[in-house]
Amino acid sequence: MRKKSVLEFTLNGETRAVLCEPQQTLLEVLRDELRLTGTKEGCSNGNCGACNVLLDGVLVNSCLILALEVQGRTLLTVEGLARSDGTLHPLQQAFLDHAALQCGICTPGFLLSAKALLDEHPLPTESQVRFWLAGNLCRCTGYDKIVRAVLDVARTQAAQPPSVSATPV
Amino acid sequence: MPSVPASSSETAAPAWRVVGTRPVRPDGVDKVTGRALYGADLSLPGMLTGRVLRSPLAHARIKKIDTSAARALPGVRAVVTSADLPRAADRIEDLGEGAINLRYLSDNLLAGEKVLYHGHAIAAVAATSASIAEQALALIRVDYEPLAPVMTVTEALKPDAPLLLADLHTDRMGQRDAAPSNVASHLRHERGKLEEGFRKAALIIDRRFRTETVHQGYIEPQAATAQVQADGQVTIWSSTQGIFAVRSQVAEVLGLPVSQIKVVPTEIGGGFGGKISVYLEPLAVLLSRHAGFLPVRLVMSRTEVLTSTGPTSGSDIRIRIGADAEGRLTAMQAELYYEAGAYPGSPVGAAAVVSFAPYACDTMRVDGYDVVVNRPRASAYRAPGGTNVAFAVESVIDELAESLDLDPIEMRLINAVREGDRRPDNLPLSKIGYVECLQALRQSDHYRTPLTGRHRGRGVACGYWGNWGGQSSATAVLNSDGSVGFNVASTDIGGSRASLAMQLAESLGIDYSQVKPRIGDTDSVSYNDVTGGSRTTFATGWAAYELGQKLSAELRQRLALLWEVPVDTVTRQGDGFAAGEKRVGFAEAARLACEDAPLMVSTTVHPKGYGAAFSVQCADVEVDPDTGKVTVLRYTIVQDAGKAVHPSYVEGQMQGGVAQGIGWALNEEYVYNEKGELLNGSLLDYRMPTACDLPMIDTVIVEVPNPGHPYGVRGVGEVNIIPPAGTLANAIHRATGVRLTALPMSPPRVLAALWDKSGYSPFA
Amino acid sequence: MQAFDYHPVSTVNEALALLAREGAGARLLNGGTDLLAQLKEGRRSANHVIDIKRIPELSEVRELQDGGIWLGAAVTCRTLSHHAVWRERFPGLHDATHLIGGVQIQGRATVVGNLCNASPAADSIPALIVHRVQVCIAGPSGLRRVPVEGFCTAPGRTVLLPGEVVVALEVPPPPAEFGAAYLRFIPRNEMDIAVAGAAVAVELGGEGSRFQSVRVALGAVGPTPLAVDAIGARLAGRPVAEVSLDEIASLARAAARPISDLRGTLAQRRHLAGVLTVRALRVAIDRARRSVTPPPLSPPL
Repeated sequence: MRKKSVLEFTLNGETRAVLCEPQQTLLEVLRDELRLTGTKEGCSNGNCGACNVLLDGVLVNSCLILALEVQGRTLLTVEGLARSDGTLHPLQQAFLDHAALQCGICTPGFLLSAKALLDEHPLPTESQVRFWLAGNLCRCTGYDKIVRAVLDVARTQAAQPPSVSATPV
Repeated sequence: MPSVPASSSETAAPAWRVVGTRPVRPDGVDKVTGRALYGADLSLPGMLTGRVLRSPLAHARIKKIDTSAARALPGVRAVVTSADLPRAADRIEDLGEGAINLRYLSDNLLAGEKVLYHGHAIAAVAATSASIAEQALALIRVDYEPLAPVMTVTEALKPDAPLLLADLHTDRMGQRDAAPSNVASHLRHERGKLEEGFRKAALIIDRRFRTETVHQGYIEPQAATAQVQADGQVTIWSSTQGIFAVRSQVAEVLGLPVSQIKVVPTEIGGGFGGKISVYLEPLAVLLSRHAGFLPVRLVMSRTEVLTSTGPTSGSDIRIRIGADAEGRLTAMQAELYYEAGAYPGSPVGAAAVVSFAPYACDTMRVDGYDVVVNRPRASAYRAPGGTNVAFAVESVIDELAESLDLDPIEMRLINAVREGDRRPDNLPLSKIGYVECLQALRQSDHYRTPLTGRHRGRGVACGYWGNWGGQSSATAVLNSDGSVGFNVASTDIGGSRASLAMQLAESLGIDYSQVKPRIGDTDSVSYNDVTGGSRTTFATGWAAYELGQKLSAELRQRLALLWEVPVDTVTRQGDGFAAGEKRVGFAEAARLACEDAPLMVSTTVHPKGYGAAFSVQCADVEVDPDTGKVTVLRYTIVQDAGKAVHPSYVEGQMQGGVAQGIGWALNEEYVYNEKGELLNGSLLDYRMPTACDLPMIDTVIVEVPNPGHPYGVRGVGEVNIIPPAGTLANAIHRATGVRLTALPMSPPRVLAALWDKSGYSPFA
Repeated sequence: MQAFDYHPVSTVNEALALLAREGAGARLLNGGTDLLAQLKEGRRSANHVIDIKRIPELSEVRELQDGGIWLGAAVTCRTLSHHAVWRERFPGLHDATHLIGGVQIQGRATVVGNLCNASPAADSIPALIVHRVQVCIAGPSGLRRVPVEGFCTAPGRTVLLPGEVVVALEVPPPPAEFGAAYLRFIPRNEMDIAVAGAAVAVELGGEGSRFQSVRVALGAVGPTPLAVDAIGARLAGRPVAEVSLDEIASLARAAARPISDLRGTLAQRRHLAGVLTVRALRVAIDRARRSVTPPPLSPPL
């Protein structure tokens, strides 16, 4: 066993410190050390997107990052999407309203990918949505309702004046 | 609610207040916030991590397993092999989506004398960390005597083929062959005089087809945790389609009474039939028992999921169909060879029923063969067996229609089964909506819009699935505020908490929001069959309906006592109850009724009137003639739901099944080398469709009520996966002029077929 | 994953010193999308993982005075997708770096990592070849440069010597009337490894009517990405209007040395080498002409 190191980073708006081993992935530290199990493991090699998180606002697979690589950086996981008063992020609400999940295991990853997309392209086309979600596999829905939910959020937000971001990142 | 433009319903306004609406699912918030706990999310104090050693060889005799070095590694708490399993009984257990011989189930959990596929489990380890468990696996020494692998039907049927199972003799409808064989069984359905029927035909098409092994592809790998206590009580937490199926399998293979086992369901990340058979649960129990009663969690890697859990069968199929000049079918013949994997139990029986079920024909013969090969043991996958055979049958029907210059929908209408017509196994069909589905497709915007453009084609195919009823039980607790606690034990794999709560709310005449569904463990609710066979919204829904009726009756009874009036004078009025001058809302009725004693009802059901489901589908494709790549441009599904309880989730089932079917048709397949090693055990190379590979999938819900259910419900989950391969094959044919007779219709296969036709060679 | 020590170095010299000290047990970690997957699967091993992403200059994209680009080794594909000069002046490279992995892989993956992983199917390498990119390598004895063309020697193998680090790529400025393109074939539309790939760069003359020079490189049809000199030799100096696409396809097929594996068949790959080369050539010509004149209408491919 190698020496454990202290990892300090900003997680969902809060500064966190956790002991981890050098070979632990960010996904393992989130799930096993911090007990944040909303980030899912579907394949562990970057092919399914279930573990997607935003690292300094950039969409990444947490299974392909060593935890120590995020030293001093800022991370958003699905647990940080809703507002602290419990109000769901518009994407979370849209996924519910559109029945865009069946089993729900891929949903956290999709939500993070969709957020990354809308942060960069507030009014995407359908093909842009599909491109940004292509790294997230869903086996239940055929993607139809997921794509509609994301497009619906984009249209709704475009029709409204900008408001304070629902998320700390 | 937002409007959902993907769907249109064929019926008038719903007759019910709750059934047919689209509320948010009760477990929704947990699932979009990451709070829902799935199999691998569970953590217990002192929990050990388990890992499984798997065979690198496809076929070998195990000479010796030496676990001593692994046991000696610090941090290792238990190592188990097949020697730790009691010898299981040679007995068939029906788990809902396919029967399993328990001895084979046991051998599949931990290989005994032989390993029968690449990935076959050999030993399991529990350790204080994952890395120690992995080191321990590397220290286990297994001596093998390699044997020649048997990978396909063709190889398995050769007279000199190596035998996988020395004691396997072909069962021919109850007669057992004397010599052992790789063919586990041969079944036949027959009616009419076959060759006479073919003599009446103006045209006979006779084709052979091949389909490859495919996997269910759920995104959550199998996960199970077990804790054995010193008094022998066992608790298992499992991501499963059926907690009672887990309980009975674990009880059988470990020789434990069911009373000693409690199975607690976690949320489940997809199953599609693949999470009915157990793989990890008995190992976790053994490990926990050997590890000083500490809890042990086992979670599969994606590679383990692909190499070692049930895919569905590859198959060799011959279809021969004759039609007269008007397109009436005169004779139909099918020979179905399904690869069961390492142990008997392919879904060839269901395939034999699906085969010609949509066609009214007096003369048919279906032969089905269950063949063992050195691949993982096949398990159920959404309408098990149906997609393979429908690909073949629907291709031949399309060829007949084209040759006879008939519209493909017309061809199917001419021969469509109706109520009372018989399936290939001669069981009559109850009220069905097949003709209505065909007509709805013919009238759809998609079908009426001509397809233009080069290299494009439109295909049509249909599918039948029998569905299932099974046993369900549930309880309802009336709270004094008028809300209802609703306890079920049917796994919610995709929204059934909503569809069940809606039926209870409808039956009781209260708001959906007042019903609080909860999925219980095996000790808290009575028996429920698995969530499978498209049965949950139908059968557990029926239980929900009965609970509503019972609660309502009990409330009237109690109000009658309170009000000192005859019970038949207490009636439902508005949202509450009334008798003469007296009148109370539902919540007040609940408060009054519960003042003296709590009110709880339970019910158990075993409904037999599960109506069959039909799906008719249409696809437009474009084929790139230079690369062989098929792009799906437009897709429409028409399906008879009987009654769509929650239309959004019915559409979701339709779209999801078709997405899986498209993957199966175009790119998914197990790729083995000559040694029988699986080469594509990852989600990179086992190519399931991404969001970029599919168009929006339009749905048309036809509602021909099932007379066997109070709300007319029929199962909707499975039938949708049956037609896509045939639909796409027919579309590709219309686009290119070539008929593909093998799945998947992947770019190299399409190219090869195009080159066969054109005479082109890349080596010229 | 096996246990190892993690070293987030902040200078190239630190990385070189660690490599020298730890020898074969040390691995460089860049985007990690290949290395971590390989370590998990046991396809590579490491006792020491040296993270070079915190070396400031390796994250730089420098526009050079001559119009070329100095691309630091740790620059991600995502950064390049947002880099206007990269997108507009290096179209063949942009094609390739924009389609490696999905969006979440793009956020981590680097071009240099793709190069050093030395997969025969690497998307970036054919494009780097036709853009005449040089690899800048730091080692115990100083800095050296090698052309990308000669960098990969076999699947997973390169000319890198023990103790060396690729610090940057030098992309020369595109000449006038230059166009380039990279196309690959994958069975799905995203998240796949190339079954075959082709990069083409053309330099036209005579206001887009004549080939000055043509460079072609193929991916996934040989043990390393292949430069196809025969096509350049055939086309240089000839009028664009006279080119026979069948002949180009045939030359590309002849240059391909593919195998059958789980991702594609030999015949399919050989055929695709021709198809993709022709398609990439058309796009490259189009782009070269657009670089001097308003975009002409291109015939459907």
